[in-house]
Amino acid sequence: MAESGKIDPMHQFAIEPLFGTGHLSIGGFNIAFTNSALYMVAAAVVLWIFVVGGMKRELVPGRWQMAVEYMTGFIKSLLIANVGEGGKKYIPYVFSLFMFILLANLLGLLPLGLLGLHPFTFTSHFTATGILAIISFSIVLIVGFWKHGLHFFSLFVPHGTPLPMIPIIFPIELVSFMVRPFSLGLRLFVAMTAGHVLLKVLAGFVINSSNAGIGYGLTVGSASFILMIGISALEVLVAVIQAYVFALLTSVYINDAENLH
Amino acid sequence: MPQIAQIAETYSSQIFWLLLTFGFVFFVIGLGMVPKVQGTADARDMKISGDLDAAKAAFARADEAEADYRTRDAESRAAVQAMLAQAKADAARDSERKLAAADAEVASLIGVAEARIQAASNAAMEQIETVAADAARDMVARISGVDASEEAARNAVKAALAHG
Repeated sequence: MAESGKIDPMHQFAIEPLFGTGHLSIGGFNIAFTNSALYMVAAAVVLWIFVVGGMKRELVPGRWQMAVEYMTGFIKSLLIANVGEGGKKYIPYVFSLFMFILLANLLGLLPLGLLGLHPFTFTSHFTATGILAIISFSIVLIVGFWKHGLHFFSLFVPHGTPLPMIPIIFPIELVSFMVRPFSLGLRLFVAMTAGHVLLKVLAGFVINSSNAGIGYGLTVGSASFILMIGISALEVLVAVIQAYVFALLTSVYINDAENLH
Repeated sequence: MPQIAQIAETYSSQIFWLLLTFGFVFFVIGLGMVPKVQGTADARDMKISGDLDAAKAAFARADEAEADYRTRDAESRAAVQAMLAQAKADAARDSERKLAAADAEVASLIGVAEARIQAASNAAMEQIETVAADAARDMVARISGVDASEEAARNAVKAALAHG
């Protein structure tokens, strides 16, 4: 990275083993505790602390309990709106998914680089988002076939499809269904990666233009900095929206599995 | 792009730690804690809606009691009005009856009195006739010296009285 002022906007996504665990492995597979794993643990711990604060179970809630109940209520209404009353049993999963992704996105945006740390957003890695997408998709498949058996395939034949159209519609619907885990995982990965790259590129502008001279620094540098402030705010919004989209699409897919059409 | 460049050496660690952390999140937080939080919120919602229902029922009861009171009020008013009308009618009838009885008594008294007056005047007339007849006989006897019969004198007096 630090080659004569060169700033690599991709370096932030680099995974490196921490605490000398680089060769930790199970059955031949490397399971090094990396900076990515550290942020996963951090997201889980922060979420645990957040929810523990809401466990006071008071009739008249305090602020913290109110916040936690607001989040669970938000997920509950999301599921009821998309799946109906039967969606309530997915509250634990969708809540975990939404909060885990949300905290991962937000923790990755913390300006810890100022303290010399390496902030990391594991949702900008499709190895992570892909797993979450596959879990969501597996739940859809398992619930779908569990509840409806082979009738689940009627999902690929929309209501009122004329008989001669079925051989054409069925593969199209099947493909669009099979693409879901990819779109689910890639959307989050791309949104996070793009936002962080943009911020790093602009930060690079600020540094490089300032190094090039005071005139460049005041014009290009300050303009980029102002833009960065706006985009940072936008990234916070994107962090929330992408977590919401992931949870929303998961609940929409669960609706397919629960209620077919 | 490290996501792709490092995939071969990091995918297993990414998957392992993600499953571990997300598993913790799902099983401990999602399944263990979220239902309790949600249960608290649901219990509160239930209590609030229960209290609201109770308040609504109390309102309905109050309305009912008021309506009941109003009907009873109206009923007793009507009853009193009827009683008043009845009493008025009774009193009117009673006074009418008493008046009629008094009228009848007065009328009978007047009849008796009139009859007595008639009898008295008849008796007086009789006496006048007798006196006039005696006087006429006296006058006839003195003027003509004829002793007129009592009957003739009486007839003459009657005729004279009738002529007025």
